[in-house]
Amino acid sequence: MTATEIADAVRAGTTTARQVVEEHLAAIAARDPELHAFNLVTGDEARAAADAVDLAVANGQDPGPLAGVPVALKDNMCTRGIPTTCGSKILDGWLPPYDATVVQRIAAAGGVIVGKTNLDEFAMGSSTENSAFGPTRNPHDITRVPGGSSGGSAASVAAGFAPLAIGSDTGGSIRQPASLCGVVGMKPTYGLVSRYGLVAFASSLDQIGPFSTTVEDAATLLEVIAGHDSRDSTSLAQPAPPVRQEVTKGIEGLRVGVVRELLTGCEPDVAARLHEAADALSAAGAKVDDATVPAAVYGVSAYYLIAPAEASSNLARYDGVRYGLRVDGADITAMYGATRAAGFGAEVKRRIMLGTYALSAGYYDAYYGQAQRTRTLIIRDFDAAYENFDVLLSPTSPTTAFEFGAKADPLTMYLSDVCTIPCNLSGQPAISVPFGTDGAGLPVGVQVMAPALGEQVLFRVAAAVQRAAP
Amino acid sequence: MTDYEIVVGLEVHCELKTATKLFCGCANEFGAEPNTHICPVCLGLPGSLPVINRKAVELAMRIGAALECEIKPSIFHRKNYFYPDMPKDYQVSQYDEPINVGGHLELPDGSRVGIERAHMEEDTGKTTHVGQTGRIHGADYSLVDYNRSGVPLVEIVSAPDMRSAEQARAYVSELRAILVAAGASDGKMEEGSLRVDANVSVRPRGETAFGTRCEIKNLNSLRSLGRAIEYEAARQGALVDKGESVMQETRHWDEAKGKTQSGRSKEEAYDYRYFPEPDLVPLAPDADWQRDVAASLPPLPAARRAALATLAGVAPVDAAIVVEQDLDGMVHAAIDAGGDARIALKRAANEVAGRRIAEPAFVALVTMETNGKLSTSQARTVLAEILDAGGDGDPAAIAAAKGFEAMDEDALATIVDGVIASSPDEVEKYRSGEQKVLGALIAKVRDAGGDPKAAAAVLRAKLS
Repeated sequence: MTATEIADAVRAGTTTARQVVEEHLAAIAARDPELHAFNLVTGDEARAAADAVDLAVANGQDPGPLAGVPVALKDNMCTRGIPTTCGSKILDGWLPPYDATVVQRIAAAGGVIVGKTNLDEFAMGSSTENSAFGPTRNPHDITRVPGGSSGGSAASVAAGFAPLAIGSDTGGSIRQPASLCGVVGMKPTYGLVSRYGLVAFASSLDQIGPFSTTVEDAATLLEVIAGHDSRDSTSLAQPAPPVRQEVTKGIEGLRVGVVRELLTGCEPDVAARLHEAADALSAAGAKVDDATVPAAVYGVSAYYLIAPAEASSNLARYDGVRYGLRVDGADITAMYGATRAAGFGAEVKRRIMLGTYALSAGYYDAYYGQAQRTRTLIIRDFDAAYENFDVLLSPTSPTTAFEFGAKADPLTMYLSDVCTIPCNLSGQPAISVPFGTDGAGLPVGVQVMAPALGEQVLFRVAAAVQRAAP
Repeated sequence: MTDYEIVVGLEVHCELKTATKLFCGCANEFGAEPNTHICPVCLGLPGSLPVINRKAVELAMRIGAALECEIKPSIFHRKNYFYPDMPKDYQVSQYDEPINVGGHLELPDGSRVGIERAHMEEDTGKTTHVGQTGRIHGADYSLVDYNRSGVPLVEIVSAPDMRSAEQARAYVSELRAILVAAGASDGKMEEGSLRVDANVSVRPRGETAFGTRCEIKNLNSLRSLGRAIEYEAARQGALVDKGESVMQETRHWDEAKGKTQSGRSKEEAYDYRYFPEPDLVPLAPDADWQRDVAASLPPLPAARRAALATLAGVAPVDAAIVVEQDLDGMVHAAIDAGGDARIALKRAANEVAGRRIAEPAFVALVTMETNGKLSTSQARTVLAEILDAGGDGDPAAIAAAKGFEAMDEDALATIVDGVIASSPDEVEKYRSGEQKVLGALIAKVRDAGGDPKAAAAVLRAKLS
């Protein structure tokens, strides 16, 4: 059942939230030991939340659009009194004293959070291999990665553990694992969803978004979590555009541009699926043409300066002074060093060092400053492209799911996000929709991109891609 | 030994008098039980985000307007360094695009000190290092109170325009008065509401280039500020005299030893890696808001001094003590009631300053003296009695009790007539243009029991 079907059934009283949650907890118990999508399954809390939904229905109240729908939550979003690890040893034992805004909104809409999903440590990675608690396996092929960093959320939806999941996307961390796991994953316009309670990786790029099996479900979850939050200064003031209504609309006359620069380096099967999707949109009445976003090719370079720079500052607070791991030392400086050496994994350390270097006196302008100027160029080139196109199309990931250890070299791994990073730098929305498979039967994702706050047209086209998918 | 000129620039951190902290809703209150005014935001917990306090921005703008700065669109930066009283291990501060730029402050003696900038930032928590050293190195353990973490600060950076310890003290004193008048600060140095760092250097008198400066921290009072500057200038002068050079460094004032001591060593020199704070949006106060803020400022000390000085025909510095002690309202009330401005100012500055008097008593006293109902010495006697009694009393009743019955004009005229009649030589000289003999005639009136002050006018009238 999709999330929409579950919510309808719970609201209509034809099933109970408790029954729904039990089924999903059973599915998790049966297969998660193999997949490791979850760092923590919150069965007791989920049952209590489901019972509250059922009580509301029994009392004639409407629990909301997510009535009784199980939701898997990436383990970098704060849950009051429930461990929030970020996939890191450094937060060992920490219990947040508050709920993230998205958590509050999901609960207020009747959603039932079933657990905290695995991720690359502090969302730094593209395979979920960087989790301190071990990797998550791809439900389609357990010898392969689910993508990352929201690999646990993507895998939980793909495995049927929850019809909905929440991820965070800094450079593709929702869309790329959605693509590798064959589910829908969407990154909203920067500022559309409150970041309050999302443990920061790179503040100017981080954005929370939905995973689901259908485009309509993603729209439903986005409507629940989007909208202004006075606790996030970067939260947009205007009302979030309604998107669920868009998924049944046609795409006749819409201009769709296939971004040339984002096709280079893709596996042939991935490129083939993209062209088939473009042809299908054309057949559905859209005007499809080649598009160019020249500066997009500099996206990965700019991203790996900006994101580590912000991360080096955001992650400074894990110092052993007040919470999480502490490894004692002879003095405070030694304690800081010992704590951080033991608490952080290799990739996090690499990025902290990169970012610290990029911000250092004498290097700031050449690295961080230059990256910010590149970011401006990318925005400019996207804006130019959107003068001719309503949406842009590209592969989500240049490859399908790869085997564990296949991209041990960091630079190779970083290129996994070559297609997704530009929209983080520009702040614009993008969605990955499953579209067929490669020769080995592994899922391929198509990325639809739209201008800032263009969520409506984005969902219209995404729904059309889904309808045309083989 | 060379004659050295002291050059001082000051950085004053002012805690803003807001109800809540800079980025969260926790109370901004001094002296509460440690770690009771805290939340995820001011503790820098993972996932928390800052939201700017509008009132803090308004107070920062008031400071800017009071110091005649240009108020500009501004952004926040992160200043990155590790310290246990800073929960995020970075401080949110303004860096190269601060809210207030370029202004000045006029001291009572008429000298001007330039203001380079007055920028906003968050305060850190307060660390208490327990152990012999009192510093983080060598402490047995340390306690941190995060109540102060996230309290709004404005850091006011002066130009290196001061040339003596005395002038530096006068600057801080004047700045404190301005901050209090602007409603931005409670001005309590002893509670850390105002914290001063001094950049001190010396140069041979006549030299235009600056010497190497040291930054002196831990100045908790005007007294330590003055002592530290003098000590430091002497230390630097002695070094230069010996042919050694001053090392640019941060030094710590030790109040007990009366010395500055080297702070951080060079190896610990920080690279703060400033970059724009991505969790906050730019501040761009619109013109209406800026106008409202400037218009809401009360008259500031320099203007108050000037107003009083003009009325009394004296230099602004002569009105300094009265304005500093907030006595100018009372002085204006006496003037408005018909009192002589110079008399009112003189009584307030010379007698009342440092003590208390009820305004009606002061106004009545000044009026009586102005009208000649009390002589100068009688007025001072009556005033002293009122002040000794705590500031309340009826000057007329006290004067009557003391027998200072006001001399009526007829009685004075009779005395003056007698003096004129018995002083033909002086009268002759006066009438031939030798006006200074008037003093001798006034003295004779006084000796005869008349009010010398009132006598001058009566004598002039009768001799013309």
